[in-house]
Amino acid sequence: MNLDLRVPMGALFTLVGGIMSIFGFFTRGSNIYERSAGLNINLIWGVVMLVFGVTMYTLGRRADKRPKPQSVEGTARPLGHGHGGH
Amino acid sequence: MNLTLIDWLIMLLYFVFVLGIGFALKRFMKTSKDFFQAGRALPAWICGLAFISANLGAQEVIGMGASGAKYGIATSHFYWIGAIPAMIFVGVFMMPFYYGSKARSVPEFLRLRFDEKTRAYNACSFAVMTVFSSGISMYAMARLIQTLHVFDSLFIKMNMPLGWIFHFAVVISAVIVLGYIFLGGLTSAIYNEVLQFFLIVAGFLPLVWVGLKNVGGWNGLKASLPSAYTHSWQGMTNPHNNPLGVEWFGLSMGLAFVLSFGYWCTDFLVIQTAMASDSEESARRVPLIAAIPKMFFPFLVILPGLIAIATPAITQHAMVHTHVVGTSARGLVATDLNNSVMMGKGLIPAKVNPVTGKVMTDEKGNPLLDYDLAIPNMLLYYFPTGILGLGLTALLASFMSGMAGNVTAFNTVWTYDLYQGYIHKNASDSHYLKMGRWATVGGILLSIGAAYAATSFNNIMDTLQLVFSFVNAPLFATFLLGMFWKRTTGHGAFTGLISGTVAAILHHGLTLPTDAHPGIHGGWIAVVHLYPSQMAQNFWTAIWAFSVNFVITVVISLMTKPRPEPELVGLVYSLTPKPVEHTMAWYARPKVIAVGLIAMLVTLNLIFK
Repeated sequence: MNLDLRVPMGALFTLVGGIMSIFGFFTRGSNIYERSAGLNINLIWGVVMLVFGVTMYTLGRRADKRPKPQSVEGTARPLGHGHGGH
Repeated sequence: MNLTLIDWLIMLLYFVFVLGIGFALKRFMKTSKDFFQAGRALPAWICGLAFISANLGAQEVIGMGASGAKYGIATSHFYWIGAIPAMIFVGVFMMPFYYGSKARSVPEFLRLRFDEKTRAYNACSFAVMTVFSSGISMYAMARLIQTLHVFDSLFIKMNMPLGWIFHFAVVISAVIVLGYIFLGGLTSAIYNEVLQFFLIVAGFLPLVWVGLKNVGGWNGLKASLPSAYTHSWQGMTNPHNNPLGVEWFGLSMGLAFVLSFGYWCTDFLVIQTAMASDSEESARRVPLIAAIPKMFFPFLVILPGLIAIATPAITQHAMVHTHVVGTSARGLVATDLNNSVMMGKGLIPAKVNPVTGKVMTDEKGNPLLDYDLAIPNMLLYYFPTGILGLGLTALLASFMSGMAGNVTAFNTVWTYDLYQGYIHKNASDSHYLKMGRWATVGGILLSIGAAYAATSFNNIMDTLQLVFSFVNAPLFATFLLGMFWKRTTGHGAFTGLISGTVAAILHHGLTLPTDAHPGIHGGWIAVVHLYPSQMAQNFWTAIWAFSVNFVITVVISLMTKPRPEPELVGLVYSLTPKPVEHTMAWYARPKVIAVGLIAMLVTLNLIFK
């Protein structure tokens, strides 16, 4: 498969994490954080997601450039005659 | 519920990416193998995460949170002994036969090992089951969206009647799931399941963190709950001493062996992800990789249930109080809302009768709690806008991937086992690819039908799930004997399967949980035995079904002519060369990983005993 999942997934987490951190940054000290035990959870968790997203994206991009080994279908073991497959 | 722009933006982004992945994968879908089997080219870690994610539908998430609130940490038995041993077994011992035989589905494996009738029986029952499971997912999602009032403000703004929200939720989830599977087949479904896995972690980890912080950490949680809530093995010697109402034998035989092995080792819904991996070694590693996060999932989905009970219910600002969404009882309900909260426990409100608006109570006058609201109320209580969007997205994602797994399993079994097997045998590959796409459409339409059937006849879904459990309970005996006893014959397997199902039906008809009346809960033939709880009854139904299947299969097999041994190479353990492991690094060998997993499992059980 030629689409590495880490690329779109990294991008999504980067965007969501980015949005949450920016929003969290501008709502520092707001009373909406009373419910989250006083933690600015948007900023903290946004940054965590951002870092995860960027890492995934980078790893996915790097792997995309490397050639992949050919996959083996079924089993590589010698099964002898009379195998009930196709 | 007050959602702001930022919450909507996060949800919207998710949907754009989900469909985007489908579009990006479309150009790789050239053959039916690409579409139904993801080309058998995915890396083990992706399939591994999809393996648990396929099972982690929203009923699972909501249900586990609910059980956590109801039974406490003992719920993690469903994850620990109720999944891990089976996942290890399928990875180490069974996967070489599934993957190595080149069967394209689990029913097809049954045809290779046994005969047409065993396959046809399994394929038909499985196809019906997947359609209904996906319909139930759809129904549950639409109900939850209604209960949480997610779209209410949007509908009011656009001047549309609130009664349409249910239809809107059904249609939108159907269109999205259809879209990405139609375009990208199994690969798309698996990619989205992995995406959902990470979203669930991203959405629930901060929930547990904030929740625990609020109740004073693990010690604070322990202090505010009865001790049975935080000990998973307490009172297991006697069914009357523990919240599950089961004794250790029923638990370990019924749940840990029959039900769990029957699900994780034979259900094509999960096996299809492992069969999509790029080599036999990867396929064997898939369930083992999946077992690691599975082991820690109780902390993400069960713990919130416990926290919900322990959270002091003083300021319940944005919570949902009841399941009431009807219109007729609105006025009445409002007066009883406060009651529902007062009589609830922590963040869990009491159930309110939608007709009378009164708090529902059991025979002793205690209020019935609406445990299914544990997780949703946790999200609403602890999450401010912003991360609330993320939490809701995680929840929606789990509903959709639960549906998607069922739909891809359905389209494969329909196309390969039923259509190609019995309707149109020798068509071109592109014909089957096209059929797969249309089977996806058909599967989704049938699911919508099932979702609406559930709205009009509540009992239909309970009855169906009961019927499925009768069909599933004996399955594992068939696979076990088929793979590990070369003498097992097709006639034996088929007769055994049917007898096992009959045994399950009879057992259910003859027994009853103590607190239930004869009817859907059992005892509809006669009551010859009472079980302390419904769970105990379920476990013992499974034990009976398995045992009867096992014995009958052995007896009939001994009476019928076995297949010649050369035909069974690659399908039976004793006749198949063992997988070569010495070429792998020691830490990558399935058996080494398995031993490590068992050690972790024992440790976790000792910590939370």
